[in-house]
Formats: sequence, C-alpha cells, structure tokens
Amino acid sequence: MIMLEPRDQPSRLMQWLSPLLAVALTVLCGVLFFSYLGLEVKGAFYVFFIEPVSSMYGVGELLLKASPLCLIALGLAVGYRANIWNIGAEGQMVLGGIFGTYAAMYWLALPSYLLIPAILLMSILGGLLWAGIVAALKNWFNANELLTSLMLVYISFQLLLQVMTGTQENLALLQDPNGAGFPISPLFEMKAMLPMFSELNWSLWSTTRMHVGIFITLLFIPVMWLLVNRSFLGYQMLVAGQAPAAAAYSGFNQKKLVWTCLLISGGMAGLAGGLEMIGPNGQLQASWKPGYGFAAIIVAFVGRLQPIGIAIASLILSITYLGGESAQSSLSLPKSITLLFQGCLLFFLLACDLFIQFRLKWKPKNQQKTVGA
Amino acid sequence: MSTELILSLTSLLAIGLGYAIPLIFASMGELVVEKSGVLNLGVEGMMIVGAVTAFSVTVDTGSVWLGLLAGGIAGTLISVIFAVLAIHLLTRQVPTGLALTIFGLGLSGYLGKDLVGKTVPDSIVYPVPILKEIPILGDSLFTQTLPGYLAIIIGLVVVYVLAKTRIGLIVRAVGESPEVAHSIGFSVRKTRYAATLFGGLMAGLGGGYIALIQQKFWVENMTAGIGWIALILVVFSSWKPFRLILGAIFFGIISGLSFYMQAKNYPINPNLLNSMPFIASMVVLCITSANSKRSSANAPASLGQSYHS
Repeated sequence: MIMLEPRDQPSRLMQWLSPLLAVALTVLCGVLFFSYLGLEVKGAFYVFFIEPVSSMYGVGELLLKASPLCLIALGLAVGYRANIWNIGAEGQMVLGGIFGTYAAMYWLALPSYLLIPAILLMSILGGLLWAGIVAALKNWFNANELLTSLMLVYISFQLLLQVMTGTQENLALLQDPNGAGFPISPLFEMKAMLPMFSELNWSLWSTTRMHVGIFITLLFIPVMWLLVNRSFLGYQMLVAGQAPAAAAYSGFNQKKLVWTCLLISGGMAGLAGGLEMIGPNGQLQASWKPGYGFAAIIVAFVGRLQPIGIAIASLILSITYLGGESAQSSLSLPKSITLLFQGCLLFFLLACDLFIQFRLKWKPKNQQKTVGA
Repeated sequence: MSTELILSLTSLLAIGLGYAIPLIFASMGELVVEKSGVLNLGVEGMMIVGAVTAFSVTVDTGSVWLGLLAGGIAGTLISVIFAVLAIHLLTRQVPTGLALTIFGLGLSGYLGKDLVGKTVPDSIVYPVPILKEIPILGDSLFTQTLPGYLAIIIGLVVVYVLAKTRIGLIVRAVGESPEVAHSIGFSVRKTRYAATLFGGLMAGLGGGYIALIQQKFWVENMTAGIGWIALILVVFSSWKPFRLILGAIFFGIISGLSFYMQAKNYPINPNLLNSMPFIASMVVLCITSANSKRSSANAPASLGQSYHS
C-alpha cells in the first residue's frame, strides 16, 4: 500500500518542481478536454497554447496581460507570506480604474509629464482606499479580511455602475457627454495616455499594443524582491506568517503589519487598474470586469510568493487568457474555459505541494500507519 | 398600523424569504462542513455549477424537481474535488476553496453556453392551509413553492441533527478535536468527506433554486456573491444553526429590499440598494467579530486545519 510519510525537511526541489508539474498536468488536462470535445487535439492545442504567441502582436498581448497580473500578484504575495489574505484585488483594481479615469477626464489642464503621474497616483489612491477599508475593519473589529475584501469587490462593481450610468440629461460622473448616454467614459486624450512602443518608433514592436506601463511592472519585480528577501519588514512578515506566536513575543506590531500588507497589495492593484485605463483600454466602461484580480491570486501561488517566480507565473496565466480568446474565435468555445484552466492549475499546484512536506512510501498492508503532522 | 403598511410589510417579507431560501440551503450546508472542521470557500463555485446543471436539466425535461435534483448532484460531485484535495491530499483549505470557485465559474460558463435565453416552467406556489391566514407571516412564510418548503424543512432538520443526534455529535467532535475523535474510534476522514459532500449537495440545491425558481433564466455568474454571503452568515451565526436560519431571512429581506424598492419606484439609488447585502454583511461581520473572544468561542477548534492520521 502506498502511504504518505512526512519528510524531515520540506523539499526544496519540490518547492520549485511543483509549479512545473502543475502546469504540465493542466496542459494534459486541456488535451484530454479537447479530445473529449471531439476536437482534433493537435489543432486545438495549437490554437490554445501556440497560436496566440506565434506573432509579435501575440507576444505583445501576452506581455500586456502578464503585466497587471504580475503587478497585482507581487503585492498580494507580500500579504500571503504574512498570512493576510487579500482576495479582493479585483475590487481594488476597479477602484484604481475609477480614480484614474477621474484624473484623466478632469485634470487635462496639467501638462502631460504631470498628468500621467497624477493619474497613476490617483489610481493608487483608489486601491489604497479600498484595501484600507479592509485593513481598518480587520484591525478595529477583527473582521476576516478574506471575506471583507471580497464583499468590496461586489460593491466596487456597483460603484462603477454608479459613476458610469446616467441619462443624456443627467450624466454620471465619468460618463462621456457626447456618448448618447452610453455607460462609457470619453476616450482619453493623447496626453493622458501612456506612450506606446509603436509611437516610440521601436520597430520590433510596431505591430503590438505594448505601452511603457510594463516598465513600471518590471521595476516592481526587483523592488519587491528586496522588500521580501532583504528587508526587516519582509522578515517580520515571514515570521508573522509562519510563527505568529513568535512574532507576537518579539513585539512585532501585528496591526501595523496588517496595514502595511493590505495597503501595499491594494495600492499595487489600484495602480494596475490605472495602467489598464491609460494603457490598452483608453476609456472606462461600466461593464469592465478585469478578472486579473482573481487570476493574480493563482499567479502568486504558482510563483511561490517570490517575485521572480511571480513574473514567470504571470506569463503562464496570461497564456490561459490568450488561449481562451483564441479558442473562442477559432473553436467556438466560450471564453470561460480560461477560468476552467486557471482553476485546474491551482488545484494541481496545491495537490503537487503535498510532496513538499510528504513523500510517498510503499508499506506492506498490515503495518501501522505513519503518525505525524 | 395602516392597511397599506401591513400590505407592504407582507410583500417585502415574502420577497425577502424568496431570497433567503438559497441562502438557507447554502449556509446550512457550509455550517455542517465547518462543524466538521473543514473550511470550504468554494460555496460560490458549487452553487453556480448547481445552478447551470439544474437549469439545463429542467430545460431538457421540463421538470423543476429533476432539475433541482440534478443541481444537488452536480454540487455534490464538484465538492468531491475539494474533499479529495483538502481531506486526502491535505492541501491548504483556503486556496483550495478559492480554486473550486474559479473552476466552478469556468465550468458553469462552459456548460451554460447554449442555455442563455432559454426559459423554464413556473413553479407552483403552495399556500399551507390555515397557516397562510396568519397576518403578515402567512403570506410570506407559508406561501412558498415546494422547494422553498424543502429548504426550511432541511434547515430545521440540520438544527436538530447537529444538536440532538449521534451523527451530529460525531461531526462536532471531529471538528472540535480530530485527534480525540480519531482516538476513540471515529474516522475523521470519513466524517469530513460526508460533511463536505453534504455541503456540496446543499450549495447545488441553493444554486438550482436561484436558477429555476427565483430567476428562471441562466446567465453566467448569476449567483453573484450569494455563496460568499452564505459563508459570512456562518460566521455571523457563531456556528449556531438556528441563528443561521434567522440570519438568512434577515439577509434575504435586505436583498429583497432592492427589488421591492425598485418595483415600488422609491427614489433610492438602485446601485446603493444592490450593494446593501454586501455592505450589510460587512457590518454584521464586524459586529460579530468585534468581541474576538466571544466570536471565536463557538468556532470549531480545528476549523481549516488539515488532519493527517
């Protein structure tokens, strides 16, 4: 009989092998799923995983989607290491979009070099506000941050409707005055938009929609690496997450940690929302449901809560989005299979993680079970 | 009280109870799951899969009962994934539940791709003789569809089983102290499996109720956070089943308020009204959690922890 036996030491090899295994199993699942649907497996595989990135345009789209995923996940991971579960990045991102749009619509008097930073700061503020509520409720009332952050996602969608839907006579705050009452903001003016690679005459990227926002994400990767691996704050978070009693005994301020973790993750999710607005989107729509806030949770886990891992994982999750879109147009499958694959990936990852702490051992049937853990 | 006020109270309560029923299904299921020490955050995912399955079976067969049954079975089946991972493979329960929700949303979107725009037959309302004559309560509580009564009955049965029977005792023992339960010969694994699957069944029924009786259409993501509110309700009730039923009715009324006010053309912001259930659930969560000693006193001691025997 095959039994689980606890390892003396967590396996470092499995720590990094597990995400790879999980990706492989998810792809295998995808292949089985396609063959179950009666699709030609090789073709479907190509449509889902290869075709989207087979052109420079596709690579650009891959990076465009990976960028917010990476940015949000970098922030979330900080909290997850300290056992602070912000799962409402989606709502914080929406707030970032709303706040950023406000600045992009109403602060046009500013010169471009001030306007864009102002928009991004506003979007950060939106995320901070939404995550700040979570932190305040957690610290003041001991309210579970997992549940409150999620409730705020639903409230953010209502808030979005509030600022986007009015009538032609009675426009909502962010509605386009020339939009015939449609629930959309005006298209942002050129000076409010992030410069695109194609405008900068980078010929390699001329066919893509890439914009300079990705450099902000790239900047955050080493910054967060330093924060989690080389700073006292990062150390406190790790201790608070793995040994809360030791953290309390050492006098780490748990409340401050809650504020820090939630504000970092909220601010970064808000920033991602603002970057979406003045990057690829170019306007706010009432129906905007980015989805990145939820997918970023998976990115954080697949990336082992480590900045470099997260950067790689964001590319993997980005593929599931592109694959979903490509499958929608070429195989007439609904876009929601993206979520199906994302859920599978997290399932497999968690299951593979079992082997970090345990190993399989063959035992004769009559022998006693291993006691432990 | 004026007749008009009584009439509006009655209809508000009736609408509210309609919204409370899926919450009763889902939160009662989750209560049992949590009582056994398992924290399944995948309620939303199980509900939506229940909803789409129920809807599709009813569209095919014309039978609401068959649909509801199928929804329950679908919820159970998808909860098996969680059970295998969290109970057998000892995965962390919080992310596993999140994965279940994401997976469920994706699966339901796929399964429901051809169901948009289809309709299901109306469910017949069965007033209970005599009881329906009770002022205010009669028109709401005792004028339900049969599945609505089923929810109330199952709710009461769970209250009884948890408190008064041997099965309830085993579930609670496993949740309080799996080590002790194991040492006196109860199977922690089997109990937790059973509880988790029951939670899936109830979430599936709740989702089925939403699709078949409350909304009578299918649209992606239609459970819209009800699964999460069910989770909050369990905390709100301090894991006390009877309080859970009352809490579900309270939340049903808050959800119903939005529908009611819009129907009556009250000049209240509809977006604010639609946020009310979520705002209210945050408020009650704060109130119940504020006194941390009292709020956690009732939580099953091993909630959310894996057990490896």
